[in-house]
Amino acid sequence: MSLLSVENLYLQFDTDEGRITAVDDVSFELNAGEVLGLVGESGSGKSVTAKSLMQLNPSNSVYGSGSKINLELENNVMDVLSLKKAQELVIVRGGAISMIFQEPMASFAPAITIGNQMVEQLLIHTSLSKKEAAELSVEMLERVGINEPGKRFFQYAFELSGGMRQRAMIAMALSTKPKILIADEPTTALDVTIQAQVLELMKDLVEEFGMAILFITHDLGVIAQVADRVAVMYLGRIVESGPVREVLHAPAHPYTKGLLNALPKLDALDEPLTPVPGDIPSPLERPNGCVFHTRCPEAIADRCNVSIPKRVDVGHAHAASCFAIENVSEAA
Amino acid sequence: MTETPLVHIENLNVEFPLGRKLLGKPPVLKAVNGVSMDIMPGQFYGLVGESGSGKTTLGRAILKAVPISSGKILFDDGKVSYDLGTISQPDLKNYRKLAQLIFQDPYAALSPRMTVRDIIAEPLEVMEITKSREETDERVREIASKCRLNLEHLRRFPHAFSGGQRQRISIARTLVCNPDFVVADESVAALDVSIQADILNLLKSLQSQLGLTFMFISHDLSVVTHICDHVAVMYLGTLVESAPTRKLFSNPRHPYTKALLSSIPSLDPDDSKKAQKLEGEIPSPVNPPSGCKFHTRCIFAEDRCQREVPEWRELSQNHAVACHFAEKLASAS
Repeated sequence: MSLLSVENLYLQFDTDEGRITAVDDVSFELNAGEVLGLVGESGSGKSVTAKSLMQLNPSNSVYGSGSKINLELENNVMDVLSLKKAQELVIVRGGAISMIFQEPMASFAPAITIGNQMVEQLLIHTSLSKKEAAELSVEMLERVGINEPGKRFFQYAFELSGGMRQRAMIAMALSTKPKILIADEPTTALDVTIQAQVLELMKDLVEEFGMAILFITHDLGVIAQVADRVAVMYLGRIVESGPVREVLHAPAHPYTKGLLNALPKLDALDEPLTPVPGDIPSPLERPNGCVFHTRCPEAIADRCNVSIPKRVDVGHAHAASCFAIENVSEAA
Repeated sequence: MTETPLVHIENLNVEFPLGRKLLGKPPVLKAVNGVSMDIMPGQFYGLVGESGSGKTTLGRAILKAVPISSGKILFDDGKVSYDLGTISQPDLKNYRKLAQLIFQDPYAALSPRMTVRDIIAEPLEVMEITKSREETDERVREIASKCRLNLEHLRRFPHAFSGGQRQRISIARTLVCNPDFVVADESVAALDVSIQADILNLLKSLQSQLGLTFMFISHDLSVVTHICDHVAVMYLGTLVESAPTRKLFSNPRHPYTKALLSSIPSLDPDDSKKAQKLEGEIPSPVNPPSGCKFHTRCIFAEDRCQREVPEWRELSQNHAVACHFAEKLASAS
């Protein structure tokens, strides 16, 4: 049994303009010591999926009745979606699962020192005394490569640079020793040279702490560098998933292929960029059938726009949902 | 070369005073420090650097949107020629028609209360380029179709459009007054990859259709190498290297350019280039390091780098660099 298993997650938002489907039948598993990359463009539902793991979505969200999020904690399996009270959720939020966000400036309270924020959450989630919590916090700051951690402990978020803030955020998220770390675009707001440092740090920490990371990003290059497995999302559905090498070297779904072709590549400067045709549909005008058929170059008339393709295995632990692949495998 | 550059920049400095001091001079932030460059007509000129490197300020200085502290910016399109340091008000008005800016965020750049038609037409009306409403409509329709917007789109409001469509509206608004020179400041940074490629292709085709010259500012080196003919790399307000794209990419001569190139995450999971990771972070521009500004993070730095500011020198045609050891670096790789 894996550390976390998400089964048929279905999530809608009730809005003034009607019900919007954000996550549609998403299933995946996460094992200890593994980095799962979740890639997709804006609006693909990757952040919403991650937030569901801690029930952090706004109050207008409606989960489907068949949705299950099972979290294994010391031989006892807990369905996160069945938790109702804030006290019960504390075990999950910040306890078993920690999250780091894209914009570290927005995640730290501006008027409380870094140290006090780190200590506060340790007091909630662990039985440490205030003094021990402070010691652990300084130790964690040092561990993530912040120099003069003793001094930074007493500083405010605005006094740190962007890269340092993100490191402090990581230190804070890891200090409670979570089983799962959700990293939502943790390097998107950083410069490339700093991004490289932070990615390196996260890889080291997975090895050291043996936790699992759900790494959300829109950048396939970042995925290639950190993830073991990857799931590609489009309009709330996982269209392809598999080991990172296989998915990037032999993409099966037309959307994954399109994404890879649209990326500027440094070793092929003469080749023109091929954009994925069309625009991402508005969530209010969700296409029927396969969600990608409106932009798909391989779409089959009267089939892709009518029914939803099933997941087809295309390799070892590598699957994609597409009729074009089904046809090929049937013919073979 | 006999061609005159469209934009000629000589030893440009842009400084911002920081607050006031009771005694002595207030501290100054040197956002752009001694930059010289030539942008040729028809060029797609790329400017890369990390946040805080002064690339946006440089772009704005060329548009005369920030005051120039010292140095020269000359604009010459063959018909008119202006010295932006001493330009007169009427000339500046005309210059505004010739040099335009495309913004980064298409969500913030468009007024939510104006229709797309009004958004695109506004520059024509403000700069009194067109005489009648019919003429304005004609110009708006023409540029809209070039930017692949439907006529039906013109009646709608920006909220009805996706990021890619909004950026096309924003580009149409920029180009409606027929500029010669366009500064595109991180114009694809806010877009998804599948859309980004589309906008890049559009910019490239508009450039050849309309004979535009672009200054393309970006932090994304792979985008820049793909679209630009010439790339300049900035660090803490100074240029560190400038070369034709291919040359810069195949033969970077400044350690910072090298480090930037190797920091781009590769699509190949097995390519875990441990080659060159930069240590530390970009220092504060208020109090930049002495000598070569990059020496605090440079793996090749020697004593000399702390003392002497490296000269901006040409290594080969169009390839200039500011590093004491540029020759050594080439042999090291």
